[in-house]
Amino acid sequence: MTHILSVSVLNKPGVLTRVAGLFSRRNFNIESLNVGKTENPEISRMTIVVRGDQKVLEQVTKQLHKLINVLKITELDKNAIVERDLILIRVKCTRKQRSEIIQIADTFRAQIVDVAPDSLMIEATGTEDKLEALTELLRDFGIAEFVRTGRVALSRGQAIK
Amino acid sequence: MPKLNGGEIIVESLKQENVDVIFGYPGGAVINLYDALYNSGLKHYLGRHEQGVVHAADGYARSSGKVGVCIATSGPGGTNMVTGLANAFMDSVPLVAFTGQVSTSMLGKDSFQEADITGISLPITKHNFLVTDVEELAKTIKEAFFIAKTGRPGPVLIDLAKDVTQKEAEFNYPSKINLPGYRPSFEGHRLQVNKAAKAINEAKRPLLYVGGGAIISGAEKEIKELVERAKIPITTTLMALGIYPEDRELALEMLGMHGTQYANRATLETDLVIAIGARFDDRVTGKLDEFIAQADIIQIDIDPAEIGKNLDVEIPIVGDVKDVLQEILPFIEEKENGEWQDRIRELKEKYPLRYNDDDDSEVIKPQYLMEEIDKYTNGNSTIVTEVGQHQMWAAQYHKYKKPRQFISSGGLGTMGFGLPAAIGAQIGQPDEQIILIAGDGSIQMNIQELGTIQTYNVPVKIIIFNNKYLGMVRQWQEMFFEKRYSSTKIPAPDFVKMGEAYGIWSKRVEKKSELSGAIREAMELKGPAILDVHIPEEENVYPMVPAGAGLKDMIGG
Repeated sequence: MTHILSVSVLNKPGVLTRVAGLFSRRNFNIESLNVGKTENPEISRMTIVVRGDQKVLEQVTKQLHKLINVLKITELDKNAIVERDLILIRVKCTRKQRSEIIQIADTFRAQIVDVAPDSLMIEATGTEDKLEALTELLRDFGIAEFVRTGRVALSRGQAIK
Repeated sequence: MPKLNGGEIIVESLKQENVDVIFGYPGGAVINLYDALYNSGLKHYLGRHEQGVVHAADGYARSSGKVGVCIATSGPGGTNMVTGLANAFMDSVPLVAFTGQVSTSMLGKDSFQEADITGISLPITKHNFLVTDVEELAKTIKEAFFIAKTGRPGPVLIDLAKDVTQKEAEFNYPSKINLPGYRPSFEGHRLQVNKAAKAINEAKRPLLYVGGGAIISGAEKEIKELVERAKIPITTTLMALGIYPEDRELALEMLGMHGTQYANRATLETDLVIAIGARFDDRVTGKLDEFIAQADIIQIDIDPAEIGKNLDVEIPIVGDVKDVLQEILPFIEEKENGEWQDRIRELKEKYPLRYNDDDDSEVIKPQYLMEEIDKYTNGNSTIVTEVGQHQMWAAQYHKYKKPRQFISSGGLGTMGFGLPAAIGAQIGQPDEQIILIAGDGSIQMNIQELGTIQTYNVPVKIIIFNNKYLGMVRQWQEMFFEKRYSSTKIPAPDFVKMGEAYGIWSKRVEKKSELSGAIREAMELKGPAILDVHIPEEENVYPMVPAGAGLKDMIGG
């Protein structure tokens, strides 16, 4: 069972180490961790995907709260969030295969960001499922390299009543 | 506003925090700070090793209830402090530790005596700081003290780049704290308080299980009130010995691995456990799923992460123990709990702590030695211990009457803690008689601190339970490894000569008939004293719950 935690932290030196260190020390399983600036330059937001049951989640949350630089922890309800991942994939391709790959990319609303004689680089964002589907399709051509950011997520605004 | 250099800012900040005692060891990276200390009026105790320094600050904090302050230089100074920080962290002791660091421009270059002490100490401090800007210094110290002593206390480390202690800034000690991510809660939730009171009033066989949090919180009065009004028997962890006088009827003393039979048996029969400032440590619970499985649990703790960490709890209350008990007490009905009280009395009569002793023999049993110390001091001294068998005998065979009367390394189990901690404890409780109960193994781990005792003539009485073994491990080897005493036989030096080398009055005692006289002699002396008491080599601590077994599977006693 995975949980997505959105954690606001004060942008102090070492804050990432503190959070990451806590996970390893307490033997919690982290699936992905993403950190970036927010609208407030003093605050960063971490999106942490944790694996574990409800009890583990409770301990993770409580232990995180004990870190002095952690401001707020929200477990994101998977039904009420927008979650995205970004992937960059370099696919091997011959000149003949190029248009087919571009077509696939189009279907996934992905961008071609680099063209070389024997490869293409594709940039895609989306949910985990979508990116996995894309990667799967491209695997046939031969993936030279790829990199993923890990999940980021935000709660949606209030629903219209 | 006059400008002060960083060293002076630290001194002034310490004065603002009402610090008057510091334990430390100088070095290149803190030389400016030491220059500022020179005429500061603050009392600085020079230890002999940074581990001794931090344990002394820890002992001081435990005995006085104030924040302990210690200083070490960069590199090895800081790394030598690591065990002491971990020790204080495990037992929630408020410390502020200053370490020197190489200058800002030298950071990260593997400079001489550089070590990443904030990185190293990250998981063993409540929080830590690296100060690279003198303008941030006073604010950081203010925050460090606040974090160390509030909520669940703990050690906070401040790493000082050397140039920060040299540079000047206007000194402005902030009056307010701005830590948006740190807000410990004190009052218990109203609804939970009502539930707890109702459960206590309805319980037939309630049991108080009290840990170190109650001592930190200063809740002895409230606990006494609860015990006596509702006639609830009370058992404590090692960390809470003395929170309730152990010579009273409802006191069951310590529970757990080497707890009393009656305390452990009471946990098997209770229907409601009220856990107060205690964290269900494995040395207390034994096999976790058997521990008080039949009872409901109320757990009061200031640290929300302790609730439900090891055991599921029916009624959790997050808050300061003293505050929460004050909220609960008005709802607690006076009660007799007659049947349960009778049963407790019966357990205490049937399963007392006991050991074999031959009245005609000259052999000094360690349990007898501990009882003699209790007898001589009327149970009024403060007992500090090292870690091992002697620590358990000290916990078992002495009746503790008040909080902060027993000072010992609980969570980390640090051999070498006792001697320096006893020094700190004596400085923190100048009017009390401090007695260090040590093993011959443990005391050798920080034996250099005899030098500190000598320098400051600290009147600590050191009693070495000398069995020429690392006794606790030997006991396990005897019981679970067919007496294969692998590396537990430890030749001891001549402790009398050693003590005398440090100018400390020292005496060896090998006969029971000489014991009480020697104790009197040591105690009546004005200064420090060492008694090297030879006890049987293969005496075991009982009762004992083997590691991983349930409390019902106690051996011996």
